[in-house]
Amino acid sequence: MASTTSAPEEAPHSKRLPGDLAIWIFILAEMLAFAVFFSAYAFARAGNAEMFNLYQQTLNRNAGALNTLLLITGSWFVVLAVQAAHRDDNKGVSRNVALGILCGAAFLAVKVFEYAEKFGAGISLSTNTFYMFYISLTFFHFMHVILGMVILTAIWLQARKGAYTSQNSHGLESGAAYWHMVDLLWIILFPLVYVMR
Amino acid sequence: MQYKSQAVAKPYFIAAIGLFVGQILFGLILGAQYVLGDFLFPAIPFNVARMVHTNLLIVWLLFGFMGGAYFMIPEEAETELFSPKLALLMFWIFLVAGAATIVGYLAVPYATLAELTGNDLLETMGREFLEQPLPTKIGIVVVALVFLFNITMTVLKGKKTAIATVLLIGLWGLAVFFLFSFYNPVNVVLDKFFWWWTVHLWVEGVWELILGSFLAFVLIKTTGVDREVIEKWLYVIVTLTLITGLIGMGHHYFWIGTPEYWQWWGSIFSALEPIPFFAMTVFAFNMVNRRRREHPNRAAVLWALGVGVMAFLGAGVWGFLHTLAPVNYYTHGSQITAAHGHMSFYGAYAMLVMMMISYAMPILNGKAANSNKSQVVEMWAFWLMTIAMVFITLFLTAAGILQVWLQRVSDSPLPFMVVQEKIAIFYWAREISGVFFLIGLILYITSFFIGGDKKETA
Repeated sequence: MASTTSAPEEAPHSKRLPGDLAIWIFILAEMLAFAVFFSAYAFARAGNAEMFNLYQQTLNRNAGALNTLLLITGSWFVVLAVQAAHRDDNKGVSRNVALGILCGAAFLAVKVFEYAEKFGAGISLSTNTFYMFYISLTFFHFMHVILGMVILTAIWLQARKGAYTSQNSHGLESGAAYWHMVDLLWIILFPLVYVMR
Repeated sequence: MQYKSQAVAKPYFIAAIGLFVGQILFGLILGAQYVLGDFLFPAIPFNVARMVHTNLLIVWLLFGFMGGAYFMIPEEAETELFSPKLALLMFWIFLVAGAATIVGYLAVPYATLAELTGNDLLETMGREFLEQPLPTKIGIVVVALVFLFNITMTVLKGKKTAIATVLLIGLWGLAVFFLFSFYNPVNVVLDKFFWWWTVHLWVEGVWELILGSFLAFVLIKTTGVDREVIEKWLYVIVTLTLITGLIGMGHHYFWIGTPEYWQWWGSIFSALEPIPFFAMTVFAFNMVNRRRREHPNRAAVLWALGVGVMAFLGAGVWGFLHTLAPVNYYTHGSQITAAHGHMSFYGAYAMLVMMMISYAMPILNGKAANSNKSQVVEMWAFWLMTIAMVFITLFLTAAGILQVWLQRVSDSPLPFMVVQEKIAIFYWAREISGVFFLIGLILYITSFFIGGDKKETA
């Protein structure tokens, strides 16, 4: 984020890596896992495109779109939180992180509603390959949203104690980077599984 | 030695090495039986030799893990062991139970052993790697629980470091997942399904935590790199291990009667299992390169680097080789599996225990490191054993590829025994490599008895 707000003691275009190196290694490993999953989906679909297209129609695209919006909004709040920390605005940090968590919770609610509909119709991992991927991919992502929320909650608790300042926003940035990854994965997952044909 | 009670580790290490020798001898007998079918028959039939070979492996590694934990925990917790007496008592119980089991395997037919040891009360025997008679299994549980009680109490009364916590999780997991060896449903699918909860969740789950923890401990001690840095790596490795390892168990569920989605889940997640091993390799080299001191025990550092590389190759690369369902469809249960098994156990666990012994033994004997002469011999042993194992793995891989091709892929598949005869040359080559491995092991043991220049006191 090329923030225009002044960040004291910090060169505006320094090559500093936001967050901890360890979280970036973790993020890369996570993205690799999803990349393998996405490739497997593409591979399976290539062999059976018609079946995939047919069952894709049964997915609730509106719910998916709503969830995309929720996650992007959540990411935006987290960006605001990081900017607030760089301004030493403590209240702003905890408020925006809380809003980010709320977006995540709303995402989960929409997803549960969507799952209830599908599982209620008797769809399971063994129904067919398309549903297998739909359930596996979205559930795997679902778990990541939960993990992201756990991380954000830990950050929120710290933020309320005023832990993040312009001098020390390392932990906040680490959590923010992870949350953006959760968002980014969904931005690929949604078109891939719900829309593209 | 910082804490007196660390001394209980010594008998555990000695027993581990002794049983290791037994394992290798039976390995050589087995290797010979591959090409000379009636070698030592009927005294030691193939199935018995195999059982002894694999069971000794498990038992000596357990001895090594326990010894390693007894050595490491007091130093991490910065307090004496809760009860050194209990630790010694458990040592003798475990050793006697282990020896009695091996004697039982060799002295009477397996079916008789089952009858004698009350297998009809609770049928747990007869399954690969879990062949132990009921009393032995119960003994393992008792020893494990007392051991866990002992080290957990030590940690509770002392400092709680991340490294010790990871070790405790790994060891508790080891005990908990062993309980599945008592569950033996009549339904063969369920039987196999839960059999893996012990077998897979040990070697590709909780044992990896023990691996990460021991490695981190020795790296902190030998490199002097900040604990904070090492612990951060450990967290990343542990998380990656658990995610890939737990769901990666699906790669055992391809052809045993489980739903088809396991082919996807198993393939995808187990394909990622090399990542934590790769991270461990990078971790080990990175820490050694950033070292702040030159530790006099160069042999221990060599083992630490060796674990990283060989675990990645054996468990990571050789595992990946046949982990994807479409590949495994052909390679399942072939010599490819044997190749992977040999290098991964050696690389990840045998070398790990030897690393721990290499670091701890001189300290237990009152010096920071062995004499230069002794270390040179130990490093020769390292290279001999490691290179011999690389060759064993390569020959078995070649045998496996040919076997899969001739017996399964080819348009006119040949019968099993015909194929075995055609690939005999590779079994001979493997056996010769095995002899070199034994020479390496003898050298390794010799290194403990080499005195030499008397300086470097701890």
